[in-house]
Amino acid sequence: MGGEKGRSWTFGLVGLLTPVTLWLGLFFLVPLLIILAYSFGTSGVYGGITLGFNPGNYLKVFDPLYLEIIVRTFVIALINTFLCLALGYPLAYFIALKGGRRKNTLILMVMIPFWTSLLLRSYAWVVILSGNGIANRALQFLGITDEPINLIFTPQAVTMGMVYSYLPFMILPLYAALEKFDVSLKEAAQDLGASRWHTFWRVTFPLSMPGVIAGSILVFIPSAGEFVIPTLLGGSQTVLVGNLIQQQFLQARDWAFGSALAVMLAALLVGAIMFYVRKVGAEKLEGV
Amino acid sequence: MGAAGVAGSTLSVLACQPNTNPQQGGGGGGGGPEAKELSFYNWTGYVAKSTIPGFEKQTGIKVTQDFYTSNEELLAKLQAGGTGYDVIVPSDYMVGIMIKSDVIQPLDKSKIPNFKNIGENFRGLSYDPDNEYSVPYQWGTTGILYNKKEIGELEESWDAMWDPEFEGKVGMLNDVRETMGAALYRLGYSVNTTDPDQLDEAEAALKEQKPLLRGYFDSHSGSLPLVENGDLLLGHLFSGDAFLALSRSSDFDYIVPKPGATRWTDNMAIPAGAEHPDNAHKFINYILDAKVGAALTNFTYFNTPNEAALPMLDEALKKLPGYTLAPEVYERLQIIQDLGEATRDYERRFTEVKSA
Amino acid sequence: MGESKGGPVYKGLGKIPDRALLLFAALMYMFLYAPILVLVFFSFNSSKSTQVWTGFSTEWYGVLIRDQSILDAFRLSMIVGVTATTIATVIGTLTALALTRHRFRGKTVADSAIYAATVMPEIVVGVSLLVFFVAAGLQLGITTIIIAHVAFTVSFVTIVVRARLSGMDRSVEEAAQDLGANPVETFLRVTLPLILPGVMAGALLAFTLSFDDFVITFFVAGVGSSTLPLQIYSMIRFGVSPAINALSTVVLVATMVLIFGGSRIFVSKENTQG
Repeated sequence: MGGEKGRSWTFGLVGLLTPVTLWLGLFFLVPLLIILAYSFGTSGVYGGITLGFNPGNYLKVFDPLYLEIIVRTFVIALINTFLCLALGYPLAYFIALKGGRRKNTLILMVMIPFWTSLLLRSYAWVVILSGNGIANRALQFLGITDEPINLIFTPQAVTMGMVYSYLPFMILPLYAALEKFDVSLKEAAQDLGASRWHTFWRVTFPLSMPGVIAGSILVFIPSAGEFVIPTLLGGSQTVLVGNLIQQQFLQARDWAFGSALAVMLAALLVGAIMFYVRKVGAEKLEGV
Repeated sequence: MGAAGVAGSTLSVLACQPNTNPQQGGGGGGGGPEAKELSFYNWTGYVAKSTIPGFEKQTGIKVTQDFYTSNEELLAKLQAGGTGYDVIVPSDYMVGIMIKSDVIQPLDKSKIPNFKNIGENFRGLSYDPDNEYSVPYQWGTTGILYNKKEIGELEESWDAMWDPEFEGKVGMLNDVRETMGAALYRLGYSVNTTDPDQLDEAEAALKEQKPLLRGYFDSHSGSLPLVENGDLLLGHLFSGDAFLALSRSSDFDYIVPKPGATRWTDNMAIPAGAEHPDNAHKFINYILDAKVGAALTNFTYFNTPNEAALPMLDEALKKLPGYTLAPEVYERLQIIQDLGEATRDYERRFTEVKSA
Repeated sequence: MGESKGGPVYKGLGKIPDRALLLFAALMYMFLYAPILVLVFFSFNSSKSTQVWTGFSTEWYGVLIRDQSILDAFRLSMIVGVTATTIATVIGTLTALALTRHRFRGKTVADSAIYAATVMPEIVVGVSLLVFFVAAGLQLGITTIIIAHVAFTVSFVTIVVRARLSGMDRSVEEAAQDLGANPVETFLRVTLPLILPGVMAGALLAFTLSFDDFVITFFVAGVGSSTLPLQIYSMIRFGVSPAINALSTVVLVATMVLIFGGSRIFVSKENTQG
């Protein structure tokens, strides 16, 4: 009875905004279609593109060099996702469940650094991690090293930079999911004699799964398209598929191939996500 | 609205070629006089403080400045249909590409009398032999900035960038033509070669060099501070950026290596379909004025193609090593040309090197 | 018996796990703010460099105030950011509602489209949107930037709000409906307050994405509509001016003042629930 009504009122609400949504859908979908069309086109020598049916662009993707880059990108994106989860979850938990009155302030404080240009923050990391920078000096002061070591322009720096860049994408959905967590459930479990750890794993964590899933998706997917961090913090020594696609549209002036790469990337990632969602249980993502 | 509308507009988009054919030739707008406006599309910080206000005061034309980050992005935007700009500042090889893809319009030299200020060495360069479409703006060389205090004076050669003694302290440019170019120069080849064997050798040389490098960097925002901070001992840099380091400290030196190095030139051009071509010509003429040219160079610390401006440059700048080049140096400088199809080959090779 | 609900902020911090959590959170905040401190530091540099320290000076703050182009760019970024975030949040929230509570044909396609939008590399979105705008005859300018920003941030909002909606208890909504509330009332007075933290989180994410966007904005911007990132990223070639650091510092301080000064508004309503 309640379910019946429940379904129709949200639909009515959405129905109210259909024209606006459709109009925006146009700006959202049409570019995707354009790129699909381009991926079958032929690039002009000096840029631009002629449309047609040229599947050759997709065949070019199966070059060992490019496949290696795609695989490397996936691995890095996966590692990034795990690290963001490991580091982001405790922080989101702290803010949502221990922040009390200050939680809105605390979550805003997480986001404020990200309103400064990524470019500036990357240059700041170079300063911090350079030979004469604070990090090296601290290490030497603490006696861990006795001369400056290479901290910046390494694969590790790229990893750190990516985690740094994508943490909000993990923290925000986790916070959104954890915040609704009913404190009384947890207290009930504890009253009944469950230990803190037990309570966390059997009650809190499973209920926060929608947040974990959303956060993982929001980190993994855009990570795969990242191109700025490997350039600024990695000395351009790590080539990811984002760099490759960027390069095809700009320096190589091969829009058709760039589009094909983008479509392949999208297909692979969306496929992976749909598989993941199905496996974890779509009902975790759905309403009751 | 509705499906038909969506389908219709989608089809019309797909039917269009984005490499639009805007009006060609000068004098884009209709019959009447142009509005007193000008849109200047350039890199941030590539004009002196006095440049734009001076022009506005002199002509009463209001200038709107917009910014792009690279030649390639500029090209992609213009080709995809981004219009509205009156003056752009493409680099040499990009002028060549733009001419071939009809993205810029021929200049009316009668409206640019100050062209006479441009020195002989800077006229009629290979990418635009009659200066039909472009006029030089600033120029420079690409060479090596190094820490003379730490490693002593270097001979004028690229070998130091391959020297294992400097492992981990060398930085190359994140620019396919410049870095492939460095390898080609060292081997004595042309920077514009398309010979696969020569390119194989260059690629191998770069792969050999890679373990010694700290990374591939931008010139000003990447290698320059790294050399100044001591993270790098040698940096592959554009001359203007090197001169900044030299002016700040005498610990450094800049060389233009033998047997070859790049000479690059940034130019002013007018996009095809510009709305205010007349004002654009006025602006270009204004930039070529001796005083304006001098103020520009004294700010950017690059080299100027404007001979009439030379006497008014800062003495300190002119005295910097590598700034004023002896005539025989010009002979070993090469200009990067666009290579059409072969560009993709270069790109792929560079990606191989970086991925190695 | 149990502990009281609500109560003082950091209750139970006597326990070791809670202390460890607090320490971890503090370290994380330090990690997030480390580059910001460096950035602020360099806004007081005496030379043009933002990476090589040469001495102390406040000249860049003076330069900032007098540089109309930077201030204009900042203002434009704010206008675009706030407008695009508002629109994207509304649409994203409603989309999340529709997707979470409905089973309809083509749902998988809709889901895929949402994910696909987050995948697409920026250069691809930028070029294709430009081509589309030109073909549709739209004049490039602030409007096209806002449209583009909404288009690429909507999915992020949707995904975040869905995380909040999932597993949400519908009984209060159903009770309200049983008592005669119409859909709009139910939404505004029951649903929205319950999902508000999710909506705010989505809005925060959308704004953050919009404010620092470069690639997409570059392609769809028109003459005179250079946002702050367009100016800043273009500075790579000739050097980022410490005036930008000064701007970032001013914004940072202003935001902190607003948050801490206005923290009463943000106080969580948790303590007032029965």
